Amino acid sequence: MTARTHPFQRKANLASFQERVVFWSLRAFTYIILLFGVCIFSIIIIKGAPTVFDSFRVTGSFPFISNDFLFTKPQTLHVFKYKGEIKQMAADDYYAFVGQTPAPPPAEIPTTPPAPAPDANAAPSGVAPVAPVAPAPPAIPVPILTTTGINPDDITEHETYSYAAGGIWPQIVGTVLLVIGSMTVALILGIFSAVYLSEYSKQGPFISAIRLAIVNLAGVPSIVFGLFGFGIFVLAFGWNVSLMAGWFTLAFMILPVIITASEESLRAVPQGFRQGSLALGATKWQTIWQNVLPYALPGILTSSVLGIARVAGETAPILFTAAYATSDKLPWEITITPDRLSSGALGYLEYPFLWIHDFVFHGVNALPYHIYVVSSKIPQNEYTERVQYGTAFVFLGVVMTIALASILLRTRLRNRLKW
Amino acid sequence: MSTSPTTIMDETTPTAQSVEVVMNPASPALDKSSRFNAPTIIDIDNVDFYYGQSKALHGINFPIKEKLVTAFIGPSGCGKSTLLRCLNRMNDLVDGTRIGAGSIKISGVDIYDPSVDVIELRKRVGMVFQKSNPFPKSIYENIVYGLRLQGINQKARLDETVERSLRGAALWDEVRDRLHTSALGLSGGQQQRLCIARAIAVEPEIILMDEPCSALDPIATVKVEELIHQLKQNYTIVIVTHNMQQAGRCSDITAFFYMGRLIEIDTTEKIFTNPSQRQTEDYISGRFG
Ligand SMILES: Nc1ncnc2c1ncn2[C@@H]1O[C@H](COP(=O)(O)OP(=O)(O)O)[C@@H](O)[C@H]1O
Ligand SMILES: [Mg+2]
Repeated sequence: MTARTHPFQRKANLASFQERVVFWSLRAFTYIILLFGVCIFSIIIIKGAPTVFDSFRVTGSFPFISNDFLFTKPQTLHVFKYKGEIKQMAADDYYAFVGQTPAPPPAEIPTTPPAPAPDANAAPSGVAPVAPVAPAPPAIPVPILTTTGINPDDITEHETYSYAAGGIWPQIVGTVLLVIGSMTVALILGIFSAVYLSEYSKQGPFISAIRLAIVNLAGVPSIVFGLFGFGIFVLAFGWNVSLMAGWFTLAFMILPVIITASEESLRAVPQGFRQGSLALGATKWQTIWQNVLPYALPGILTSSVLGIARVAGETAPILFTAAYATSDKLPWEITITPDRLSSGALGYLEYPFLWIHDFVFHGVNALPYHIYVVSSKIPQNEYTERVQYGTAFVFLGVVMTIALASILLRTRLRNRLKW
Repeated sequence: MSTSPTTIMDETTPTAQSVEVVMNPASPALDKSSRFNAPTIIDIDNVDFYYGQSKALHGINFPIKEKLVTAFIGPSGCGKSTLLRCLNRMNDLVDGTRIGAGSIKISGVDIYDPSVDVIELRKRVGMVFQKSNPFPKSIYENIVYGLRLQGINQKARLDETVERSLRGAALWDEVRDRLHTSALGLSGGQQQRLCIARAIAVEPEIILMDEPCSALDPIATVKVEELIHQLKQNYTIVIVTHNMQQAGRCSDITAFFYMGRLIEIDTTEKIFTNPSQRQTEDYISGRFG
C-alpha cells in the first residue's frame, strides 16, 4: 500500500470509475456512428468510382477528354453471344454493330440469276448501306446478312437491360436545374416572408401561429409535398410534369427551413444597424435592403446549404411533378416551329419567350429518381449495379460541388461584409 | 400641412415661448443668465408616454432651448432614454408605444401629428446611440450613408461632406489617410465620433445623444465632451448621461428625472450647486441612484 503523500492524492473511487465509463461509452457511440458513415461512403465510392473513372475517353477535339458516364444519355445494355464470344454493348453500339436487316424479298421471284451474296468483309461500316441486290435462292439457305455483314443467326442468348449502359448526363442536368431553380424560388419566397415576419409584422398571437404553422410544415413527409405539387402545379395550374412544377414543389418543401434560418439570421444582425440607419432618415425598406439583408445573407446561405442537399436528394416531391424516367430531350434541346411565332415581321421577337416557356415546362430526369428507377423499377442483376453505384457516387459529387460553391459564395460575402 | 423639413423647422416659434426664460419658477439663476435667453426649439408639453399598458412618462413639461446643451440625468429606468427617443420618434419602432396625452412640438410643429413625415423629422433630429454603431462599411461610406439615402451621389458633394463632417467631429486628422478602410478598425472612441460625424453629415438641427460616452474610456470621453462643446455653436444638443461630472462639464441646462417624472430643470450650475428639490440634491450628492 502506497503511503499518502499529499491531500490531493489520486485514489480509485466510484466517481472516477463513473467518469471513465461515461467517457468510454460516449466515445464508443460516436465511433460506431462514424463507422456506419464510413461504410456507407466507402461502399458508394468503391463501387461507384470505377464506373466514372473507367468511362474516360480521349476525343479528337477540345477538351480532348470526355466521360461517357457523365456526359452521355442512358442506354439499354445488350448482352449477347456472337460466334461464341460474349459481348456487351450499349444500344447505339449494338445497332451500329448489327446494322440493318435487309428488306424482305419481293413477292415475285426475280428472273435474273441471283447475284453473289455481298462480301461481309468488304462492307465498310459507317458507309450508307447498299440495298441488297437479290435474296438468296430459297433452295440453298444462304444466311441473310445485315448491312454491316452480320449474320443474325450468329447472335445468340441476346438479352437487354434497361439503363445499364451509357451515362447519366440528363440526370445530372436535371438535378442541377432542379436545385438551382428551386433554391432560387425558395430563397426569394423565404427571405421575403422572413423579412415580413420578423421586421414588419406586429408580433402577436396571430404571427406566432403563422410561424408555428410554417415550422411544422418541415415535418410534413416529402411525398405529401409531391401530391400537393401534383394537385396544385401540375393539375390546377396546368403546368404538367415540368421543371417549373418541380421547382415550386421542392421550394415549398424547404421553405420552412429557409424561413426559419432567415429569421434567425435577421435577428443576428445587430439592432444598432437598423436604428442607426433609421435615425439617419432611412425608410424601413431602405434600412432592411441596404443595412440588414446584406449582413444576414451569409447566415441565410449557410443554412440553405442543408436545403440544397435535401432538394437534390428528394425523390418523392418530383415523382409526380418534374421527373421523367426517360426523356429523350434535354430542356434546351428545343425546336420551335415557325408556325408558333406570330406571322408579323416582329414575330421572331417571340422566340426567346417561347424558348423560355418550353425550357421551364419541360420535364427532366434527376439523379435520385434515377437511382430509384434502376434500383427498384427494373430487374436487378450484375449489370445494373454499375449504374446504381455510379449514380450514387455522382450524386454525392454533385451535391458536394453545389454545397462547396455556396460555401465559397458565403465566405466571399462574409469577407466583404464583416462586422 | 406640409411635411417638408423646412416647414417644420422654419415655422416661427411663438413669441411667448421664445422669450420664456423661467423654466422652473424657482430658478432665479435662469433669469439672470442672459446666456440662456434662447428661443425654444423643442416644446415638450405635458407628455404622458406608454409602453403598452405601463406608463413610462408622467406629464413631462418643459422646453428645450436652441443651441444649448441640455442634459437629462436621473437613476436608471427613470425614462431619460424614453423621452429622448420621443423627440425623433424612434419609439415608433417599439410595438404598442404611444403618447397618451400632451404633445411635443419642434419649431412649433407637433411631431406626432399624422401629417408629419417621420423620415424628414429624423433628418432634422439626428441621434447618437449609447453603443456606437458604425456600419460594417468603410469610414467614407458610413458618413455618406445618409446622403446616399437621399439620392445624393455626386462625388464632389460626398467628398466635401465627408471632410466637413469628420472635421466637425474632430476626427478628420486621425482618419484622413484611411477613409476607405473599414470603420470597424477604429477605436471605440473614434467609432463614437464617427457616429457623430455620420449624424451631422445630414445636417440636422438637433442632435440627440443617449449616453454617448458610457462605453468609452476616460480619454475618449474627454474628446467627445470637447466635441460637444464645439457642436454647440451650430446644433441644439440633448444628451442623456449617467455621469454627473459629464453633465456638469458639458451641459448648460440639466433636467433631473425620477420615476418617469421631471423633478427639476434648471441651469446646470444651479442644479449642481443649489438644487431646489430634495430628491435632486440626494441624487447629485450620490445618496441614491
Ligand atoms: N421597449 C420597452 N418596452 C417596455 N418597457 C420599456 C421599454 N424600454 C424601456 N421601458 C421601461 O420604461 C422605463 C424607462 O426606461 P428608459 O427610458 O430606458 O430609462 P433610462 O434611459 O432612464 O434608464 C423603464 O421602466 C423601462 O423598464
Ligand atoms: Mg437609457
